Formats: sequence, C-alpha cells, structure tokens
Amino acid sequence: MKDVYAWSAIGLIVLASSTGDVLLSYSMKRVGDVGELWKRRGVLPVIGRVLATPTFALGLMAMAVAFYSLLFGLSWGNLSLVVPASASLTFVANAVAARIFLHERVGRRRWIAALLVAGGVVLMAV
Amino acid sequence: MTFRKYLVLAGITVFSTAGDSLLARGMKDLGSVSLHNLPGLLLAILNPWVAAGILLLLAFFSCYMSALSWADLTYVLPATSLGYVLVALIAHFIFHEEISPTRWLGITLIAAGVGLVAAGPSATPDHQRQSSQDAPRDAVSVEVKS
Repeated sequence: MKDVYAWSAIGLIVLASSTGDVLLSYSMKRVGDVGELWKRRGVLPVIGRVLATPTFALGLMAMAVAFYSLLFGLSWGNLSLVVPASASLTFVANAVAARIFLHERVGRRRWIAALLVAGGVVLMAV
Repeated sequence: MTFRKYLVLAGITVFSTAGDSLLARGMKDLGSVSLHNLPGLLLAILNPWVAAGILLLLAFFSCYMSALSWADLTYVLPATSLGYVLVALIAHFIFHEEISPTRWLGITLIAAGVGLVAAGPSATPDHQRQSSQDAPRDAVSVEVKS
C-alpha cells in the first residue's frame, strides 16, 4: 500500500513540475529575451513585465504543488525511489510536453538526450 | 549562443547545486522538521546556511528564467541535470569519496545527454512552430526576437 502512495506522489510531482516548467517557459517566451530587454529598458521593467504575465504566477503555483508533493512523497516512500524516479520521469514528460504545448522541435538528438539524462539520473541514485 | 548565454547556463548548474547543498547543510543543524511545526520551518530562514542557500536558489531561478526567455525548455533542462555530475565530481576529487562504477556510468550518460543537446540548436525558430500563439506581444520583443 505504501508503494501505491509513493508512486501516486511521484505521478503528482512529474505532472506538477512539467506543468510548471511548460507554463514558465511559455511566459518567458512571451516576455522575450530578458538580457536584451534589460539593456534597452533597465532591470525593473523586466521584472515588472515577468510578474505581470499571468501564466508566470500559474507556473509558480504548479512548482509549489510539485515541491509539496515531493515533501509528502518523501514521507511515504524512500528517498532513493522518489527523487530519482520523479526527476528522470520529469525529463521525459517535459520533452513530450514541450513538443505538444510549446511546439518545440524535439528532434532525435533531444529525444536521445532526454533518455540518456533520465537513465543517468536513475543510475546516479542506485 | 554568445559567451554571456553560456555563463547563464553555467549559473543554472552552479547556483542550483550550491543552493541545494547549503540548504541541506543548514537543515542538518535544525534536525527533522514536522509539518505540525510550521513556525519552526519559518525560523529555519534565520539559520545562516539556509539563508545563503535561499539566496543562491533565487540566483538559480533568475538564471533559469533568463535562459527560458531565449532558449527552448528541452535545451535548458539538461543544463540543470549537470548539477548531479558536478556534485559527484566535487565529492570524488575534493572530498575523496568513493564513486561506484554504476554512478560513473550514470555520470557518463548525463554528460553525454547534455553534450548532445548543447551541440544542437538552442531555440526553435519561430517559423518552424506550428502556431503563432508564442509570438511576442509588443514591439520591443519583436525587435529583440528578430
């Protein structure tokens, strides 16, 4: 039964953190190149514009959900299961989500890389 | 990709790794904090290790957001995973900790993945996206993008 809880926490972490990453990435693409904007307008307008993007706040909330799911997951499951499983599944989920929602070109190179990193993260925790 | 952009990516790796390590070091002083003791969690900020860790994690978040403003999510993410490699290398070469062959294999896989992505293009050109929803919304951004 504990396993079911741990894996549902892992599922929630992966869902929430990839939702957060996609929303934050979407927001920052709408803001535009921060470095260039900083040069042209100064730092405060850049921060103001980021904070004024509604999807940015949603992204932060999703990240907070992911963080609390991690805390709960850690109280139900082992550190050595929850952290690597959620981290590596998040890499794969993000590649899928970035392709579908952000229309990024995830070619063979990036797929292989996502799988290599996901596998590597699992091995580091063994 | 300019030198400044590579610096931002390096910032993601270094700040997140150092920030997490400082937080972990600080939380050791405090012992285990239960969810029933939320004021204790707030007081954790007074611990200098935790405070420094939070500052570094804020720096990490700024670098991460900056990188996402000019590069694809699938390009930036592997940079954050280099932290695992960094920690293992520091543990081995500075603190002389033993690293198992399985972990060396993990390090190699992560490094290979990061290398593959870094050698490719950093952003999907706008005309290759299927929709124009992602288009910047005002004149400055249009000017910056082009």
